[in-house]
Amino acid sequence: MDKSIDEINRRIRDGSARVVTADEMPGIVCELGEEGALKEVDVVTTGTFGAMCSSGAFLNFGHAEPPIKMERLWLNDVEAYGGIAAVDTYIGATNKSVTRAENYGGAHVIEDFVAGKPIELRAQSSGSDCYPRRNITTEIHLDDLNQAIMVNPRNAYQRYDAATNTSEDALFTYMGTLLPNSGNVTFSGAGTLNPLCNDPTLRLIGSGVPILLGGAAGMIVGEGTQHSSAGNFGTLMTTGDMNEMSTDFLRAAYMYRYGPTLYLGVGVPLPVLDIEVVRRTAVRDEDIPVSIKDYGVPSRSRPVIRQVTYAELKSGKIELNGEEVRTSSLSSYRNALKVARTLKQWVEEGQMTLCLPTRRLDPSKQVKPMRETRKVALVQEIMQRKVVTIKEDEEIPEAARKLLRGETNHLPVLNEQGRLVGVVTTFDVAKAVARPGRQITVKDVMTRNVITTLADEPVDIAAQKLDHHRISALPVVDAQNQCIAILHASDLGKLFKSGGRGL
Amino acid sequence: MKLLVRLTHGSRPIIAEVVRDTGILINVDRARSDAHEGEEALVDVPDDSCKLVSDKMRSLGAEVSVLEEGIRHDRDECVDCGSCISVCPKEVFSFNEEFVLEVATRQCILCGRCILACPHQALSLNG
Repeated sequence: MDKSIDEINRRIRDGSARVVTADEMPGIVCELGEEGALKEVDVVTTGTFGAMCSSGAFLNFGHAEPPIKMERLWLNDVEAYGGIAAVDTYIGATNKSVTRAENYGGAHVIEDFVAGKPIELRAQSSGSDCYPRRNITTEIHLDDLNQAIMVNPRNAYQRYDAATNTSEDALFTYMGTLLPNSGNVTFSGAGTLNPLCNDPTLRLIGSGVPILLGGAAGMIVGEGTQHSSAGNFGTLMTTGDMNEMSTDFLRAAYMYRYGPTLYLGVGVPLPVLDIEVVRRTAVRDEDIPVSIKDYGVPSRSRPVIRQVTYAELKSGKIELNGEEVRTSSLSSYRNALKVARTLKQWVEEGQMTLCLPTRRLDPSKQVKPMRETRKVALVQEIMQRKVVTIKEDEEIPEAARKLLRGETNHLPVLNEQGRLVGVVTTFDVAKAVARPGRQITVKDVMTRNVITTLADEPVDIAAQKLDHHRISALPVVDAQNQCIAILHASDLGKLFKSGGRGL
Repeated sequence: MKLLVRLTHGSRPIIAEVVRDTGILINVDRARSDAHEGEEALVDVPDDSCKLVSDKMRSLGAEVSVLEEGIRHDRDECVDCGSCISVCPKEVFSFNEEFVLEVATRQCILCGRCILACPHQALSLNG
């Protein structure tokens, strides 16, 4: 007994539609069976609330007197796009403030607008006969704008890989703090409540479909960027009026050492048309697989450490290599529920009726990596092959002599087999001289936990290691851990010299 | 109860002496030695022995203050994401049945990891 969308909308209008949230659906199907659930339920509401970095808004400020074509502009010192005439702009969520980069960005501008706070607009122009004004500074509120239309290129990921870190250092990523030695696992996503998980074949979710976006009644534009539904990583491009949004469903965030991002509530109401919809919306956390990837590997293709499900991740603990590791979410399940429950209320009260996609999304689409036509700069292009080393059993004055003769601050330390076992610096030697004790040989004063690089490692990754550990040189080792060269922070400058390739 | 004990460089083994003399078992949650600020230990003592332990430590030359509150949680900024849960070494954070974040501040040792992990800057130190 299939139902038509018109029939469901008729029930919504006369207040008789039975609306449930997606997390209730598995239980209902269990109790009533699929046929029973189809008869009983008319609409299933979904919801998710988490970091959606690829978000932003088109704003129109109205014309100034005399008029200006804003070519560069800043909102509370966050740069917004000036390539669209004349008083239009797009403010993106992840742009950092030029003056408050540590904790304020585009997402905060958007939240402050929604919260009704004043925002300072600064703009510059090169001037023209039709737009003579060269600069402007003014203070504006959301209701001063003609339009504030949120258009988010990529929202509501179907699911997202979980993260851990097998390296020996804590990492600070867009997946949050990742403790060393797989000390924790972080994940994102609402699982059973996620819109696309409840319609993975994209029969109901497509262009024109009404949604909740940041608390406003918004709409799906179409497929989101990086939409890859063939791999169950579908995304949505969404839109909604910022004037209708609320900070209950839209919150700026700042990820330590990553930058600003926008936490956003997105929910899609799904019409229960037939048995297939019933089956799909009965999806449970247990049914949705998630890969745990190793962020300790700084590459696009991070190795998968384990496959789990949202049910396991939400339990708070999983097992990794025989040890219990705690898990935590970056997205808010409580707020995802609030999105789904708010949508449920809207539909029950007849404020929102449903429609089928005016254009369907491609369920077979697969994301591609970037085509790169220039080879990335490798450590071997700038490293110093002439490297002064020292044996671990040599005495400290010999280290001092070698440092002086080699005009270097770092001596890689080798054992009898010629393998790298440490690094000794001018600081270590100076300390040993200033505080004479039982330290006689290099081995007594060297740093044993050496951070190294490889000849074929991209320079950017080596630079990140220097930065992360606040050190100024990296021994370059081969597969046998023999020191074949050294990379100094100052070698990075070679990439910018004339004749160099540039980064 | 948590006590913050400040010691001077090269002082006697005050904590060990207090344990020996009083027989009260003390748990050192966190300890720090800093060239400029001296040494500091955060210790956990049974509530009913708090006065005895702090008096004894003071008499041996340590500065002792009771840690009234752990990490400060700003309910308005918090979105109940739970990013803090897995980074905390003392399991201060958890969700209740409604997925609302609960903070057991009494277990907090003020290590500060959660402050960096919170995407919404909802966690901070007091004062």
